[in-house]
Amino acid sequence: MLIFERSHPGRRNAAQAPHHAAASGIPAAMLRKDQPLLPEASEMDVVRHYTRLSQKNFSIDTHFYPLGSCTMKYNPRACNTLAMLPNFLARHPLAPEASGQGMLACLYDLQEILKDVTGMAGVSLMPMAGAQGEFAGIAMIRAYHDARGDTARTEIIVPDAAHGTNPATAVMCGYTVKEIPTDANGDVDLDALRAATGPQTAGLMLTNPSTLGVFEKQIQAIQKIIHDAGGLLYYDGANLNAILGKVKPGDMGFDVIHMNLHKTFSTPHGGGGPGAGAVGVAQRLLPFLPLPVVTRQDESYHYLTEKDLPQSIGHLSAFTGNIGILLRAYVYARMLGADGMHRVAEFATLNANYLMAELHKAGFTVAFPQRRASHEFIVSMKPLKDATGISAMDVAKRLLDKGFHPPTTYFPMLVPECMLIEPTETESKETLDGFVNALKEIRDEAHATPELVKGAPRTMPVRRLDDVKAARELDLTWKTPTSTAPE
Amino acid sequence: MPFIPHTEQDIQTMLTSIGASNIDALFDEIPAALRSGKLTAIGDGLNEMQVSRLMHERAAQDSQPLNFIGAGAYEHHIPAAVWEIATRGEYYTAYTPYQAEASQGTLQTLYEYQTMIASLTGMDASNASLYDGASGLAEAILMAVRAHKSSRRVLVPATVSPLYRNVARSIVKLQNIELVEIPFDIANGTTDLNALQQHAGSDIAALVIPHPNFFGALEDVGALTDWAHAQNALAIGLVNPLALALLRAPGNWGAKGADIAVGDGQPLGAPLSGGGPYFGFMCCKQALIRQMPGRIIGRTVDLDGKPGFTLTLQAREQHIRRAKATSNICSNQGLMVTAATIHMALLGADGLRRAAAASHGNTQALAALASGVRGVKRLFSTPHFHEVVLRLPKSPAAVLARMTEQGISGGFDLHPHYPQLGNAILVCATETKTEDDLHRYVAALRHALQS
Repeated sequence: MLIFERSHPGRRNAAQAPHHAAASGIPAAMLRKDQPLLPEASEMDVVRHYTRLSQKNFSIDTHFYPLGSCTMKYNPRACNTLAMLPNFLARHPLAPEASGQGMLACLYDLQEILKDVTGMAGVSLMPMAGAQGEFAGIAMIRAYHDARGDTARTEIIVPDAAHGTNPATAVMCGYTVKEIPTDANGDVDLDALRAATGPQTAGLMLTNPSTLGVFEKQIQAIQKIIHDAGGLLYYDGANLNAILGKVKPGDMGFDVIHMNLHKTFSTPHGGGGPGAGAVGVAQRLLPFLPLPVVTRQDESYHYLTEKDLPQSIGHLSAFTGNIGILLRAYVYARMLGADGMHRVAEFATLNANYLMAELHKAGFTVAFPQRRASHEFIVSMKPLKDATGISAMDVAKRLLDKGFHPPTTYFPMLVPECMLIEPTETESKETLDGFVNALKEIRDEAHATPELVKGAPRTMPVRRLDDVKAARELDLTWKTPTSTAPE
Repeated sequence: MPFIPHTEQDIQTMLTSIGASNIDALFDEIPAALRSGKLTAIGDGLNEMQVSRLMHERAAQDSQPLNFIGAGAYEHHIPAAVWEIATRGEYYTAYTPYQAEASQGTLQTLYEYQTMIASLTGMDASNASLYDGASGLAEAILMAVRAHKSSRRVLVPATVSPLYRNVARSIVKLQNIELVEIPFDIANGTTDLNALQQHAGSDIAALVIPHPNFFGALEDVGALTDWAHAQNALAIGLVNPLALALLRAPGNWGAKGADIAVGDGQPLGAPLSGGGPYFGFMCCKQALIRQMPGRIIGRTVDLDGKPGFTLTLQAREQHIRRAKATSNICSNQGLMVTAATIHMALLGADGLRRAAAASHGNTQALAALASGVRGVKRLFSTPHFHEVVLRLPKSPAAVLARMTEQGISGGFDLHPHYPQLGNAILVCATETKTEDDLHRYVAALRHALQS
């Protein structure tokens, strides 16, 4: 039932609305005549409705959620509580810096922490999501080339295993995209990279470890090819969790990186955001950082502006990005400390390799068994599909019935019937064992009672949804029964 | 080990299964020369008690002045239930609802949101949010250019927030889109229709129409919308969603209505929080739906014919279309929209209208009181929503600094952005302000001007 269907004309929340006042200074012609479609419901109706709706979700707090490349780790509650202290929430973004030194100190410290773990010379916290961080990064690459008068560089190289945001970002920054293939080991095809690189190359966007769940071993060679051609190297930080404290993107030769703080630094995913996509840069890109950047001078903290960084790519948000999310990341980083950073990568990798080993032993097809898993790995359900007709999607839906959120399915597209599995460091061995057992059970069911798997899920609030109908007969807003009736 | 559940026994069993002698061996594919040394900028880990102490101390450093600044972020009452519910783990720790069957809570909430915001803006459809109002404006400009096909010029009045214009420029300039500034009428603080008319007949993709505009003034939205349409350009309404509880919706502007409505959803349940997270909303007419960026939720049926919700029109998006996507946006501001939905449901149309009207009334009262201070003058007698421009007899920076010393955030200094207005500030008094607060403001202003 929708909230609109719980509406009763005339019901009000007296506790939540100020006293009636007339909009006396606004001419009648400018006022709206119609009633917006908002529910008239009591506070308890509303609380019950959205509490019940929330219970229809899988979430990290309720379920194992091994969504590959998404890093669904536990989000410590202290981060939320401390980011929502009243003085932080009440701060207006344009209030004087002098009255926000506590908040600015947290942001400055976070910049320093991120510089250290990434090995970059400077950080801006402002991008509001991973994709906006990518935009900032590629915009800085373009600003760098433009500032040198090097305007013939029109292409960004992207491996075929990359997230869709990479090519989409390159286009948003006015570049064309050159895609290069992956070799049989899951690494970048170096010959193809050499062939693709030239005076038109502005840069390469690389995720390392890649979305195939392996560390790009040839990174030093790749770095040389790109830099020798005058291009810059972009690090997509989607998989930073795998190497936190183990190897720094700056040491690998990357010129610019974005971090998904909602992944690696455990801020909540919130049903699809808000995230935070901080960017880090090497020395030569410092003048181009997006604004504002927090600086410390004589024991006080300030935002740098256009006056300080005249070559900046500019502002990407009206104010200062997703501060509340940055505070959560800061609390998390302080709780981990230096040792905790190393442990993130260690236990994320231990869990992934253990899960991969157990599934491999159980007879599942691992995409790159000859490689170490990073913090994630790929299982292909193609043999199962060939034998039983049960697809990766069917397996994913059946996992829901068994109380597990499925891994990422059908991405990356290079491996048929793939499941990209990222357990994260916060899951226990028992949970991983339970997941292996669930997959084994589903495989047995695929052979014995395939219709059971094909008809899954059966225990969710809804069964499989008709996506074709959703796209063909668009229903994006609810209409009152009277408004849908024929005139 | 914080947040890592492994016992020593677990670690050994797992390493044995893998066939590795120790955890470090799992990193043996990383070239040895690249392996990190010690982290130096990060101290030892703090436990929850210690980090809690640290953050409380930091928060205590930040004073809470009585706030009269708006300029794109507004202090409103947020019912306690909003964030109590929005931070339930089931909302807070879920991801983008790719697995629809296990995400009906988030999906239905977003569908309800789309319904509410589309109705407030008077448009046919809404997406499930963008990052904020300013980047949302950039996306609306890109969308208009895609839809228009021939022109890459967009007219942006100087009455659009300078902060928004900065962001829009940063984002769209890389695609060779030209933003043309339209000056405002210095007498009434709204877009100069004569200056606009000079662009008549040229190839224009869109006109941005801010309402209320950055000065809080209400534009002649009907005339502007009709003018845009007469040029075969799209009309982009840049609106405050709370104001729409009172004001004519963009979908009803002029003869045909605006084509796109965009803005910041912060007034609908997002705390000021130093600048974010907020959320951008974007709504459009039916014909433009497939040009929209971001997630869109649709209602459909399941195998048993039971209604359910799912992500739809994904063929527009980066994870499917890659380089040909309408935008690179992936994560948006889902949790903020969840909060906004609960906020709108709790207040209803009547509650939002009261909050909007009270904000309008308080600002009007403040402007009248402040105008009684010697040398202070309200600029622009044009109807306004909940912000007004005051001209001071002295440099705003100094006056505002003295008001800060008295615990009052007195307004936004317009001088750096609009020097032609002289010593002007932008002030806002929302429904959160009492009559006593307004008198405190005026006393502080008077004192600041005397000292």
